[in-house]
Amino acid sequence: MTQSIRKASRRRVLAGMAAAGAAAATGFVPTRFAIGQQAKIRLGLMLPYTGTYAALGKNIDDALRLAIHEKGGTLGGRDIEYVTLDDESDPAKGSDNANKLVARDKVDFMIGTVHSGVVMAMVKVARDTNTMLVIPNGGVGAATGALCAPNIFRTSFSNWQPAYAMGKVAADAGRKRAVVISWDYAAGKESTDAFTEAFTKGGGKTEKGLFLPFPGVEFQPLLTEIAALKPDVVYAFFAGGGAVKFVKDYAAAGLKKAIPLVGPGFLTDGTLEAQGEAAQGLETTLHYADDLKFAKDKTFRAAFKQATGRDADVYAVQGYDTGTLLISGLGAVKGDVKARDALVDAMEKTVFDSPRGRFTLSKAHNPVQDFYLRKVQGTENRYVRVAVKALADPATGCKMSA
Amino acid sequence: MSDSLAFFLIQVLNGVQEGLLLFLVASGLTLIFGIMGVINLAHGSFYMLGAYLAYAFATLTGDLWTAILIAVPLAIILGLALEVVLIRPLYGRDHLYQVLLTYGVILVLEEIRSLLFGDDVHGVTVPAFLDFSVPLKDALTYPAYRLFLSAICLAIAGAIWWLIRYTRLGMAIRAGSTNREMVQSLGIDIAWVYRAVFALGVALAALAGMIAAPVASVFPGMGNDVLIVSFVVVVIGGIGSIKGAFLSALLVGLADTFGQIYLPQLSGMTIYVLMAAVLLWRPAGLFGHAGAG
Repeated sequence: MTQSIRKASRRRVLAGMAAAGAAAATGFVPTRFAIGQQAKIRLGLMLPYTGTYAALGKNIDDALRLAIHEKGGTLGGRDIEYVTLDDESDPAKGSDNANKLVARDKVDFMIGTVHSGVVMAMVKVARDTNTMLVIPNGGVGAATGALCAPNIFRTSFSNWQPAYAMGKVAADAGRKRAVVISWDYAAGKESTDAFTEAFTKGGGKTEKGLFLPFPGVEFQPLLTEIAALKPDVVYAFFAGGGAVKFVKDYAAAGLKKAIPLVGPGFLTDGTLEAQGEAAQGLETTLHYADDLKFAKDKTFRAAFKQATGRDADVYAVQGYDTGTLLISGLGAVKGDVKARDALVDAMEKTVFDSPRGRFTLSKAHNPVQDFYLRKVQGTENRYVRVAVKALADPATGCKMSA
Repeated sequence: MSDSLAFFLIQVLNGVQEGLLLFLVASGLTLIFGIMGVINLAHGSFYMLGAYLAYAFATLTGDLWTAILIAVPLAIILGLALEVVLIRPLYGRDHLYQVLLTYGVILVLEEIRSLLFGDDVHGVTVPAFLDFSVPLKDALTYPAYRLFLSAICLAIAGAIWWLIRYTRLGMAIRAGSTNREMVQSLGIDIAWVYRAVFALGVALAALAGMIAAPVASVFPGMGNDVLIVSFVVVVIGGIGSIKGAFLSALLVGLADTFGQIYLPQLSGMTIYVLMAAVLLWRPAGLFGHAGAG
């Protein structure tokens, strides 16, 4: 059953590509549209609308539409048709779903997603079919590293960035011995490696890496080991339910008073109500905080609250900036998505004031941004200071950034 | 006491505690496997079911104990119903039929779980009177619920041992595992004994899921990991032996705990290495009957 669907969609992709190739060869594709009646721009939103990450997907979707709505609801003068597809945060279905957007729905842009595994599937399809892709969250390094491409953009972060920033903060604070802990999977390794890279550069040493299978949450033996090693700092990469459980267990094991626990912002973002007392005072690094002083942030948070009734968070900001990036890129080419080189060039050079601060992209199409040190107070991640200014991902293996 | 010795003992405590919980799941599996001759792949799903029932009723009533009181009878009823409808036609058949059917039960239960509860990770709150920690070292305290958990597991292990060793039902179970026909001709309703064993097994797995819910969280697929480890416990202990399951559960718990600490790169493998070593030494497991089946 699955097999036949997969075959069918692959055939459709091939047919689509053949048709596109034939059209391009005959040279009848208009490269510039006249103003007037014209086809709508098709935006394919492939996001988690159900499951663990549903709230994140919803915020990205709502904020993206808000950004475009604020600018008149059009992109480069053309009306928009939204195509939404639930990716279920299931990497196994990633290729099929992305291919559906490209071949069946003929979208001009793919936008997605949260889960890094699904992002990898979308990156592959975007490269195979040369479809524009904007990633509003998933931080997997390869998307703007070894697999970077002119048609692939990211408006969020790479796993390397917040981890590197925290490594620097920990080393600057004079801490010498660290233990890193995470799930035994790609994002966990990318994050803990980046922490160790910066921490070592600052004169510290990671004494032990503790890993448990994803998404296991039996932390007890590992917490005992941390107590035995007594490092100066513990760096933890967990998100969602795992982050809630780890922070609470860390406090219940009595470690919080003795050894500072730090991590990337995901450790305490969207989880603070559940973590309660156990999270108070924790320091994390991220490209956003709940009380930034930018005027843009204030207006955005108010607008988002008014439009949705919910408080904005980092995911909403990333969705909003995805919208702004599209407005800017398509504005420059007056909505002509076929003028690919000009479009990519305009998006690449886009600079604007994001709720998170100044937004610019690296040559590998990943944001170059300030990372903030934040501290948990009540149910907010409060801004402390800038941890690293204008931090760019090393984009290891990306030919565009050479 | 030196520091390193103290931490070693705390890790032993962690291992024993993991082992005791494993025993609760594996005891039902070894009974169903050893006495009824049924390979029950759905055993992990009953563990998951227990955890989700505990989550649902604890959220509803606000109390884990009330939730367990409601959920255990439900698990027993489910066990009885499954035995009558699905398992009974498979007695004496090839193991392949049992594997296929119980695998189907996994898929059905997993889908029902997804429909009813979604795919989110959920937490169950520790009951208020156990929500404190016991100080062990200057930097380490031990959550009281975990100690309580071990005490419950020990009590249940004792109860199972007493049931098998000293009651009429236990006698019938032991006799039935050796010679089904003979027991039947002595006037004991063996079909009823089997039904009781299956329901008991389901209830034990579900109960393990319920009391583990506050420390393990509640999430999709949680039963699958437990199932595999439980089979390892059953095989090491000797199929059908409660005593063997108890000892081997403790061994597996300790091996897993110390594997995570001393061999983090190979931590996923330690229990399988242990199993291979035991089987080389005693091919029928620690308390299995070689040759007798």
